[in-house]
Amino acid sequence: MLHDLLNALEETLFMVFSAGLITWITGLPLGTVLSVTGEGKFLENALVHRVLRLLINTTRSVPYMVLMIAVIPFTRFVVGVNEGSVAAVVPLTLAAIPHFAQFSEKALNRVPAGLIEAAKAVGASSFQIIYKILIPEALSNIIKGLTVTLVHLIGYSSIAGAIGAGGLGGLIIEKGHLDFHLDYVLATVVTLIALVHIIQSCGDYIANGNMRQNNT
Amino acid sequence: MISLNGIEKTVKNGHSVIHALKGITLDIEQGEVFGILGRKGAGKSALIRCINLLDPPSRGAVIIDSCDLTTLSTEALREARRSIGMIFQHFNLLASRTVFENVALPLELSGSPKSIFSATVQSLLALTGLTDKREAYPHQLNSEQKQRVAIARALVNRPKVLLCEEATAALDPSAKQAILQLLKEINEQFNLTILMMTHELDVIKPICDRVAVLHQGEIIEQGTVLELFTRPKTVVAKELIRTTALLDLPATLRHRLQPYPTEHSNPILRISFASFTAEESVIAEVIQHFQVSVNIIQAHLDTIRTESIGIMIAEMVGNSEEVKKAIQFLDNQDLHIEVLGYAPRSA
Repeated sequence: MLHDLLNALEETLFMVFSAGLITWITGLPLGTVLSVTGEGKFLENALVHRVLRLLINTTRSVPYMVLMIAVIPFTRFVVGVNEGSVAAVVPLTLAAIPHFAQFSEKALNRVPAGLIEAAKAVGASSFQIIYKILIPEALSNIIKGLTVTLVHLIGYSSIAGAIGAGGLGGLIIEKGHLDFHLDYVLATVVTLIALVHIIQSCGDYIANGNMRQNNT
Repeated sequence: MISLNGIEKTVKNGHSVIHALKGITLDIEQGEVFGILGRKGAGKSALIRCINLLDPPSRGAVIIDSCDLTTLSTEALREARRSIGMIFQHFNLLASRTVFENVALPLELSGSPKSIFSATVQSLLALTGLTDKREAYPHQLNSEQKQRVAIARALVNRPKVLLCEEATAALDPSAKQAILQLLKEINEQFNLTILMMTHELDVIKPICDRVAVLHQGEIIEQGTVLELFTRPKTVVAKELIRTTALLDLPATLRHRLQPYPTEHSNPILRISFASFTAEESVIAEVIQHFQVSVNIIQAHLDTIRTESIGIMIAEMVGNSEEVKKAIQFLDNQDLHIEVLGYAPRSA
């Protein structure tokens, strides 16, 4: 059983963290563009802002189960297969990006406008304002958003397990639901709970390390 | 050093258009500390943001060191802003950076390597008295120290001009004095031109050379601080000055004050002197030469930059002919006299 469990955990971790990494790389810039093009912001652009907002809200409003099946052709196009943990990363990422982008946008919006003004006054370019001022100042809240996103991803990856993505979700379907092994069910549940706690604690620890400086 | 030429600023607010600045023209000399005094909403924020084009004027020219900023490209403007330091009421320090890193920010943005700017930052920390705070984060500092960090940051690019937006408004009185003192030292040491926006006369008095009064988007009065203080021309300026306690009449007297003389009233005078000693001898002379007596209601010695002036509020008692002559006499002296009103004689 332990062997099965470790295998499943490995698959889950692979799905969650690869999707998490891609989400971080794409979601943060997306959230940044959303934030700085907002009304009254220093790169205000109603068109870009509205299009992105629409895109994000549309993706967010599709339940994960539906999204996962709807994007199967796209998944096949991107990774060549439509089953297994690698294939699952595609819908997981698509579901997580809008979530995280919105978290990042909110975190960036909370940076006081005065700081942007002060940076402009010393001759900062728009790009410098983003990576020297906005992102460092909002970092702890962005990390909190990432933590929540990772926890969501664990949930999503379990749903993905139901249609053949493997992982802890796959294990519980196969051994718990179909074969009725109670020990598998318990072990899986405990592992999932532990996993969520570890991610949450690490996230909080990193975010608070940043917060200590941010409590002005 | 700074020339503003017909600065206009209109702001769209929904369907209405607000005329925030209405043709501001000002000339500020190299090395001068120039104050702009105005109430909240007079247009101070709009004006200061027009000077470094954080919020460009709708019309008019901003000429700093013979360069019209309104004609510059985005790139050239960013370069020009490096020679215009600015400090704010709420400091605007980066919470995620230490004092050192905050001060270093402008240098970092202009791309100089750390090995070079470290010494510059260190010298500014020394100038602003923050050497032992270099590794502290803003939340560990008090307001005065935060403003010192902001000043160091504003000076790190060796600017030609320092813009101060209500820089002492969030500080308690002793911190306010300390920051004004620091600004004065910087002005003298580097011959730096400083522009102070404030609603407080207390900020203008100790350090400004000249002052302009901004009201509803217009400069309604300007001159030396001494002129403004001793003979304000406009109602608004008088109002602003009145807020410093000495010019306010005691409440009991203010309520009895009438605008015109009557059979049984005495004039209430406000007399400003270049110094306090002059004041005493002139009053003595008046009493000797004319059949009048002078009741001093309040007298006060004030310091404007390095000059001291005396301001006295007094009631002149005597028959109307003698009083008129006495006032005439005082008016011919080297002092400023103003009849504030007439108080009925107490029976």
